[in-house]
Amino acid sequence: MADLPSGDLRSDLDAIYRAEAGRILATLVRVLGDFDAAEDAMHDAFGVALQRWPVEGRPASPRAWLISTARFKAIDARRRRGRLDAAQADIAATLHARGGSPVGTDDELPDDRLRLIFTCCHPALPADARAALTLREVCGLTTEEIARAFLTSAPTIAQRIVRAKARIRDERIPYQVPSGPELPARLGAVLAVVYLLFNEGYAASAGPALTRSELSAEAIRLGRVLHELLPDPEVTGLLALMLLHESRRLARTDTAGEPILLEQQDRSAWNQALIREGLALLAPVLATRQVGPYTLQAAIAAVHAEARTAADTDWRRISALYAALLALQPSPVIELNRAVAVAMHEGPAAGLALVDALLARGELTDYHLAHAARADLCRRLGRRDEAAAAYRQALALAPSDPERRFLERRLRELG
Amino acid sequence: MKFICLGYIDPNVPVTTSETEWHAMMDSCFDYDDQLRANGHFKGGEALQPPNTAMTLRYANGRVVVTDGPFAETKEQLGGIMILEARDLNHAVELISKHPGATFGPWEIRPAADLSDMMRQSEERRRRKRAR
Repeated sequence: MADLPSGDLRSDLDAIYRAEAGRILATLVRVLGDFDAAEDAMHDAFGVALQRWPVEGRPASPRAWLISTARFKAIDARRRRGRLDAAQADIAATLHARGGSPVGTDDELPDDRLRLIFTCCHPALPADARAALTLREVCGLTTEEIARAFLTSAPTIAQRIVRAKARIRDERIPYQVPSGPELPARLGAVLAVVYLLFNEGYAASAGPALTRSELSAEAIRLGRVLHELLPDPEVTGLLALMLLHESRRLARTDTAGEPILLEQQDRSAWNQALIREGLALLAPVLATRQVGPYTLQAAIAAVHAEARTAADTDWRRISALYAALLALQPSPVIELNRAVAVAMHEGPAAGLALVDALLARGELTDYHLAHAARADLCRRLGRRDEAAAAYRQALALAPSDPERRFLERRLRELG
Repeated sequence: MKFICLGYIDPNVPVTTSETEWHAMMDSCFDYDDQLRANGHFKGGEALQPPNTAMTLRYANGRVVVTDGPFAETKEQLGGIMILEARDLNHAVELISKHPGATFGPWEIRPAADLSDMMRQSEERRRRKRAR
């Protein structure tokens, strides 16, 4: 037990909350069998810590202390209700019997957090609620922080969370990690949430940059938890993908926040530690030949990461990886990316033929990057008027100010 | 975070419960308040006397006009306020939704506005004005 100046206690507890709330809550939901009761009990335990730690000192294992305290708080709450509702007495008695055993860190099962993640990302919940719920319950973010990150109001996020929790309760969504044939599909939903969070923080299309990058950091944190607890090649692939993207964060925009294209980025500003970690994770997964979409995207990011200069990029390998990705996940956006890669090693005419075929199918007519790609290929072929028209079309469709400014600059450079 | 919770009641709904039921209800409310207090969530609060005890002040045509009755003649009237300490909006919603008083009528939950910057600037302005 160490003494703690009371002024630092709140910030200390905040830090513990951010680091441990997901784990504590995960264990409590399992032990108490109820999401809301678990959350109440956890908040109460933090409240008790605020009162008792200054007197008794900070416990050696704050997490175990908080779990144990929360458990007794839950018993207490049920007893109080039991006074009004005698039927609750049995439950309180059962809980007390369970809670009477000595509490240690081994109270926590390693897959408690996994259970929590799978529950928060359950397909029965609306997609927009899954991300909010995961951020709040697993990552310990406040409703207000989530609202800022998604550029929406706190009541909107609060509503989503309240409804999602009611759904978990009403539909009796089980608190467990699915097994057998159910796992791949359910894991897909979890990975989709993690990648969505990462991209929300990576797109940096609007809002205060700081909050947005925190979302990416949370996604990577979740990716690490999943990687630690669930051996699956796509989990590893997703973590590698996020690390490789993240490695370029600082080089992606200039000091004014304007985007810089990959080929023009200062590669010395790429974070080599993240690249090394990403590549090391990726290599064994690629070797297994059990290659899923996240692993393939990570492999593409790895080709860029390994190229010392933009000109050194192995575009042939990138085209092949995009083709493999298309076979798994047919999508016009991936086709567009492949077309751009093909243009890099077979020449702009070959790329333009692919882009035009794509646009002719009508699926990407409203996608600004399709027109921007066409504009760039026309420019390289010396077809200036066509390039200008395509840049203008891209401009009309671009969703964010930095992207519009970037396209305007390209248009001006055409002369 | 500090939240101000406004509890509304409909004064026109006649109280049909028996005295025993009424006592049980009040006891459960105060019991829950104690629970909130014990866990550091209850930072203050008051119940309000009925709306017919209210006066409303309004500034009109350069002077203060006083009328009797509450500000707005609506079906639901403010019955009490509570200052609640909660981690975030969802936590505040959870705490209030368990309050037995929530069965009387709607609650409005709003974060307290932090005016400390504004107040500091104002103090600075007033200090300079006095110094002149």
